[in-house]
Amino acid sequence: MALAKVYVNYKKSILNPEAEAVHKALKRLGYSDVEDVKLGKYFELTVADGKTKAELDAEINEICDKLLANYNMENYHYEIVETEAAQ
Amino acid sequence: MKFAVLAFPGSNCEMDLYNAIKDIIKEDVELVSYKHDSLAGFDAVLIPGGFSYGDYLRSGAIARFSPIIPALQDFAKSGKPVLGICNGFQILTEAGLLPGSLQKNVSAKFICKTEPLVVNNNHSMFSSEYKAGQLIDLPIAHGDGNYYCDQATLRDLVANDQIVFKYQNNPNGSVDNIAGITNKQGNVLGMMPHPERAVEAVLGSDDGKGVFQSIVNHIKSRGVIYE
Repeated sequence: MALAKVYVNYKKSILNPEAEAVHKALKRLGYSDVEDVKLGKYFELTVADGKTKAELDAEINEICDKLLANYNMENYHYEIVETEAAQ
Repeated sequence: MKFAVLAFPGSNCEMDLYNAIKDIIKEDVELVSYKHDSLAGFDAVLIPGGFSYGDYLRSGAIARFSPIIPALQDFAKSGKPVLGICNGFQILTEAGLLPGSLQKNVSAKFICKTEPLVVNNNHSMFSSEYKAGQLIDLPIAHGDGNYYCDQATLRDLVANDQIVFKYQNNPNGSVDNIAGITNKQGNVLGMMPHPERAVEAVLGSDDGKGVFQSIVNHIKSRGVIYE
């Protein structure tokens, strides 16, 4: 099995008021050295064996473009790791 | 003429829309489940507000893949009126039927109050009952109502006269104070404010009636049904 770790976050031009609220809370807690906070989404997709690396890449990109990310507001990246069972 | 009101799991304004059409506008109306795959026999489709699929992932992102959506896309392509309100607007952007996206309100708060709107374009099939520049009061109730599009898209929206309603006092950070836009063809309108919650004086305002009456006037002025 392969594990795809997908990270979706807002583009720079998009305001992220939730991240700003977290940032302000950190400042109130005294962490004044924290200069920026990003708050996005993280997915773990466990995918059955049987696909080549290229096929898996194509599938994960398609899933991200179709559903997991909205290209108007968000960017994504991912990494694929082999799980123990596959090793 | 006959309206369809779509209902998704988590919709919560479908009965308000049903009531607005049946009791106030006095036209035929039917609730249509998200599980259906046909919109045959309808003259206009209304997509209600609410929290389809709990707003999981993004507002509208999962509803957009419901069985009814291909029929909705065909319906929109045929030129008949489609109106998405609040979560309905979010579903329309996710489905690619309207440009842009609705992001979190700039305040990060859910806002529930009546807002004054400016009728920016009164020659759409959804706004002909109003005067150009008219001020109307409609309730808003949303957490993700902050309309966003890039500058090129905004230029297109302005050039094609697609901006139908604007906020007078931008409550949520929307680009260009946008409260409601149509597609380029003008037959699909998405708006965050709720006209169906303002259709009789007892509700505080009947300024929303004009949206539905405009659709009826448009359909009836064509004299014939589309098919």
